[in-house]
Amino acid sequence: MKNRKIRGLIILVVLLVTAYYFLPMIVPNLPSFWTSKRLKLGLDLQGGSQIQLEVDFTDSELSEKEKEDAVKTAYQIIRNRIDQFGVAEPLIQRVANTNRIIIQLPGLKEPGRAKDLIGKTALLEFKFVANNEQIQESYESLDKFLQENFEKYEFLADFTETLEEEEVIDVLGTDTESEDEYQNSMIFTDLTTSETGIPLKVEFNNLAKLKKLLQDPDFAQNIPAGLQIAIGKEVKKDPYAARDIYILHNKPEITGKSLDKALTKIGQGYTAKDKGPYILLEFKKSGAKKFKNITGQNIGERLAIILDDIVFIAPTIESRIPDGQARITGNFTIEECNDLVIVLNAGSLPAPVNIIEERTVGPTLGSDSIRAGIMAAMIGMIVVILFMIFYYKLSGLLADLAVIVNVAFIVAVMTMLEGTLTMPGIAGMILTIGMAVDANVIIFERIREYLDAGKTVRSAVDSGFSRALVTILDANITTLITALVLYQFGTGPIKGFAVTLSIGIVGSMFASIVLVKAIFDGIMTNTAKDKISI
Amino acid sequence: MRFFGKTKIDFIGKRRIAFAISIAVILTGIVSLLINAGPKYSIDFTGGVSMELDLTPVKEGADVVKVQDIRDALTNAGVTEAEIQEIRGSEGKQLVLIKTKAVGDMKDKISTKVIDVIKKQFPDNVDPATLIRLQEEVGPKIGEELKGKAILAIFWALLGIIIYIWWRFEFTFGLTAVAALFHDILITVGIFSLLGKEISLSIVAALLTIVGYSLNDTIVVFDRIREDLKLFRKEPYGSVINHSINETLSRTIITSLTTFIVVLSLYLFGGTVIHDFAFALLVGVIVGTYSSIFVASPLMVEHFNKKAKRVGTNRRKK
Repeated sequence: MKNRKIRGLIILVVLLVTAYYFLPMIVPNLPSFWTSKRLKLGLDLQGGSQIQLEVDFTDSELSEKEKEDAVKTAYQIIRNRIDQFGVAEPLIQRVANTNRIIIQLPGLKEPGRAKDLIGKTALLEFKFVANNEQIQESYESLDKFLQENFEKYEFLADFTETLEEEEVIDVLGTDTESEDEYQNSMIFTDLTTSETGIPLKVEFNNLAKLKKLLQDPDFAQNIPAGLQIAIGKEVKKDPYAARDIYILHNKPEITGKSLDKALTKIGQGYTAKDKGPYILLEFKKSGAKKFKNITGQNIGERLAIILDDIVFIAPTIESRIPDGQARITGNFTIEECNDLVIVLNAGSLPAPVNIIEERTVGPTLGSDSIRAGIMAAMIGMIVVILFMIFYYKLSGLLADLAVIVNVAFIVAVMTMLEGTLTMPGIAGMILTIGMAVDANVIIFERIREYLDAGKTVRSAVDSGFSRALVTILDANITTLITALVLYQFGTGPIKGFAVTLSIGIVGSMFASIVLVKAIFDGIMTNTAKDKISI
Repeated sequence: MRFFGKTKIDFIGKRRIAFAISIAVILTGIVSLLINAGPKYSIDFTGGVSMELDLTPVKEGADVVKVQDIRDALTNAGVTEAEIQEIRGSEGKQLVLIKTKAVGDMKDKISTKVIDVIKKQFPDNVDPATLIRLQEEVGPKIGEELKGKAILAIFWALLGIIIYIWWRFEFTFGLTAVAALFHDILITVGIFSLLGKEISLSIVAALLTIVGYSLNDTIVVFDRIREDLKLFRKEPYGSVINHSINETLSRTIITSLTTFIVVLSLYLFGGTVIHDFAFALLVGVIVGTYSSIFVASPLMVEHFNKKAKRVGTNRRKK
């Protein structure tokens, strides 16, 4: 009898705890202490982005210690940027023992913006634009190089062939000349001239080719020493417009280190240049002095303001600037300005970061998933419940009770652990509904067998339960092993599946072995039964 | 209510037929895998881009976007080799799936480019708030890592199972159970290959779940075999094991049925995200049930008969 009391107590405690954590799901307006622990929805259900970043050390010669520091700094800076960007409950996590950072941004409306914000190195530089002679020299050098090496750059086929075809038309009928003589001698010039003939502009269609070219070391070697080629900023309002190209001196005059702070301002002027949002840069004292000297000594020159190798603006210096302020104007949207200000103020990353994985679920897909998941769970559960009553009568009803307790148990434990419910998690729960009846089926089938063999109800029930126990344990522990492995190996959503499956297995064993047995025992003791509804 | 009374179906006697069927199905799958040079991996393992976009017309009188138009627009912008597919969403939504395995070095994000192109080319069909339903871009490095992890996971799961069953039963039971699991996984992967469905991270999870489920089924039968072998010491192995299968048949069918019901419900009503996952489970439940009756237990008969021959016990071969 003592054992029964202990069992009763255990059942009571489990049911009470389950009810406590499950109730907030179905009863609204409970006092706040009751609802402090919530079941969180995964990104796949509420919508949001998960981004994995890797700090890129390929081009750096840092020691292990310095790399470690660099990752820490990167983590801190990205955290600052996201905090200023304003996302509810972001999760920013460094992946242990790697140079990777995982960021989860739930419920984000514009994932693209956040991504831009996170991925920017935010290296701010001021560099002089090369003079006309230097530009001329660069073009000649690069055209010559490409003319001699065009076979190496297959992606430039469009530019190597144009002239060839035209010439063939010109010299109608004369096939004597070899093709080589008609090679385009101005490949680079053609590539970097807009369709309307404006030089130093690259059409959107050719942008990728130019970028590829700029990354090629052989090509880069043919840019005259001390110079570099940079591409201008895209205009958010018209991303397909041709982009400017700049030939710059590669030595920066001032960098972001001299920056005190950046601000978004709205210009009130009437010309396109003075109207709309712009960014005001304020230098530190030392930086302001440096800036004053540079501007004073180079009146008439063009000074480019470059962020992450993209030229934002390259104004001509009209006079000395004494107050240590610089403006970045241009076709900005206000969001663009704000985002740039955030990255400028959070500081530049110690090394570039690359986004190596990104998964975004939109809010509409998330809510569709929730609806579909609940629907599938309800239908599956109702059919199983009806089937069990139909097949096992009153005993089937007990099995159904076990199923319902089990579902509540999963939700309650997840809530208690402040776990995250994902779509695979819901699938795990649904699967558990089907499997939860299994333990009861094993027991009931045993009891039926013993009844068929002529045992009394009492002894059939007792033997049925005790013999089935071994089977149930063996069968469930193996499933538990696979669930644990899944948890170990899985990323986010799959972990969620493994968790609900594991809790479900434990819960179903409790419900059928302990709870249903107790009810059977209760019925047996209180009524001397010689029949059983099974 | 009972579907089965006391059955006396001769499963073991028919085991050669069952083996032949299994081998034929597995071989079909393997041939398909060979023709297609292995399973069709999703971007989780190869790296790439996968997007689901909502292109339901937002302006009155706007046309439905044609797949060919999207293909042309993307090709113009330099995104080639994209797989584009229309799917019908709830409430008449026009959804489009865009997939490509080409990611390059992830510096120029392809998914961002695709969205830019779509926004520009089909403004009448784009509501910025709902355009992106799913946007996944996986770098090739991550893909390689996930593949390694998935293989390790399956390895550890199988090893754990062999050890557990070894401890609870005996080594051969463990080996046989794992052989049945391979049978289930091979058939499921083969069917996926035949239908041209992709193996993604969640399908690997489904495979492991099938492993767990099928094993659950097998163990219940093994447990009965272990019990019956002690009970009927004089009977030939074949008939004892056949008896065990028949005794547990009712349970096997009922549990499979309830599990099948919920998985079918998941497949039919669970939505697009979980569709292939549920499909894998659906196949797994059927194959897993089949394999515990027709593969795992008959294999045990083969084993015991060989052992009896070797040791020369008095149990006759059936």
